[in-house]
Amino acid sequence: MGLYDKIFKPKTIVLSNGKEVKEKFTRTPLILLILIIATVVSVQITGFDLSLLVERIHQFFVILGRMFPPNVDYIPNIWGPLLDTIKMSLLGSFIGSVVAIPFAILASSNIISIKPVLWIVRLFLSIVRTIPTLVCALIATYIWGLGTMAGTVAIGVFTFAYVGKQLFELIETVDMGAYEAMEAMGATKSKAFVTTVLPQVLPSYISVCMFCLEGNVRYASILGYVGAGGLGLILNEKISWKQYDSVGMILVILFGTVLIIEWLSHYVRKKLT
Amino acid sequence: MNENIRKKFEQEPKTWYYKVLIALVVVVIIAWSSTTVQVNEVTGDGISIARKIISGIFHPDTGMLFNLTAQGVPYLLLETMCIAFLGTIVGAILSIPLAFLASTNIVPKPIAVVVRVFIMAVRTIPAFVYGLMFIRVTGPGAFAGLLTMSVCSIGMVSKMFIECIEDLDTKILESLDAAGCTLFQKIRYGIIPQLIPDFISTVIYRFDMNLRDATVLGLVGAGGIGAPLINAMSAYRWNEVGAILAGLIILILIIEVISTKIRVKLARG
Repeated sequence: MGLYDKIFKPKTIVLSNGKEVKEKFTRTPLILLILIIATVVSVQITGFDLSLLVERIHQFFVILGRMFPPNVDYIPNIWGPLLDTIKMSLLGSFIGSVVAIPFAILASSNIISIKPVLWIVRLFLSIVRTIPTLVCALIATYIWGLGTMAGTVAIGVFTFAYVGKQLFELIETVDMGAYEAMEAMGATKSKAFVTTVLPQVLPSYISVCMFCLEGNVRYASILGYVGAGGLGLILNEKISWKQYDSVGMILVILFGTVLIIEWLSHYVRKKLT
Repeated sequence: MNENIRKKFEQEPKTWYYKVLIALVVVVIIAWSSTTVQVNEVTGDGISIARKIISGIFHPDTGMLFNLTAQGVPYLLLETMCIAFLGTIVGAILSIPLAFLASTNIVPKPIAVVVRVFIMAVRTIPAFVYGLMFIRVTGPGAFAGLLTMSVCSIGMVSKMFIECIEDLDTKILESLDAAGCTLFQKIRYGIIPQLIPDFISTVIYRFDMNLRDATVLGLVGAGGIGAPLINAMSAYRWNEVGAILAGLIILILIIEVISTKIRVKLARG
């Protein structure tokens, strides 16, 4: 930015009391230039072609059209996998959010004052977060075999990383006054934490967990694609058999379920705040 | 003094039965959901595979990691980044009109509800189903991945956009009105400055997420780093998996640091 200011000299304004104020030259051209270069490179590499898109977009609606009307006779076969998906997400989210607690505490700079521990735990959380859930599920299927176990593990790992990061940010922003007061009165660190920090973060923590659960139900439907059980399994099967009316029915049911869970979690989160 | 404290303490509402009830419900739900998980015993096979995976990740295929041709990790990462970048931009452009149509302070409530249900329906369809649909349009490759990514971004991006449109401070518009501004001036000086920082922050966050989710595209052959990764995994070539994962993890960490910096700067003005 220093070089940029040297090329485009800042405008000097003299105020009525004789003070000089420098208005820096706008950064917009620089940002626009970077964005345009990135767009051009991306268009080149991905082969983005608007005319092709306009010309063939009707093909997009072919499969969508075949999904309607959804095959109502297929509903009885959906309940089993749907329940599997929901149970997988519930259990995975629960395990992930519980395991995240000690790691989040170890990563909060206002509780732990040992720098190396902080950085190692944070780096660990970041790295776990970058592992794609799909890869995690695939590895889990190799270790535990096909089935819901692998899906639960994948969801648990994802939830662990997400909740861990959110929770340590929550813990770092709490009001430390009460904690210090407890320590001054002779309480141990753990006792002070439970009585002062915990009540402050608990509502937001539960809210984060509910939000994660919401997303996990949606995500669990993809995991079936690699054989990790649940709705994705039959979804994948019906797609490869090209029975799109059944696919439509599965999607409608999934939509309803997600709607209900979202509404429930919205209700709980509203109550918490 | 102590007497007062004790009195106050006794006045604390008794909510223990409420808490016990919640705890009971949670325990029952967890017990119920654990019935579905068949805990397969980890066979000797599983352990040996786990060992191979870990050793592969720690001994990445350096030939592939530093290979600058179209099969090498750097090019695949660049392609993934380009897909995520354009996908996010196209998705954000599609989200803007939807977000305005779903904000209760812009349009009547019935229209807003209908548009919201539509956005949720768009979000429910899993990414690989969109992938299959777009491959019919463009053929397999990065272009299909880009379109899939943009449609998948709509749900979350428009949800965040709606929130910041509904938080608009209308008093500013009234004072601009009082100062005699035209409609264009009101939009330029009253609305855009309020929305832009939040919009950009959302888009950058979504770019971050899209980069992580890009592996899903590989399932259906929609370009990016996902396909080589999943192929290598199903062929048990763990060194290649290690190389790709190492590249991906480093890229995502770097992008995350940069995007957090930009977003913190945007939030503080």
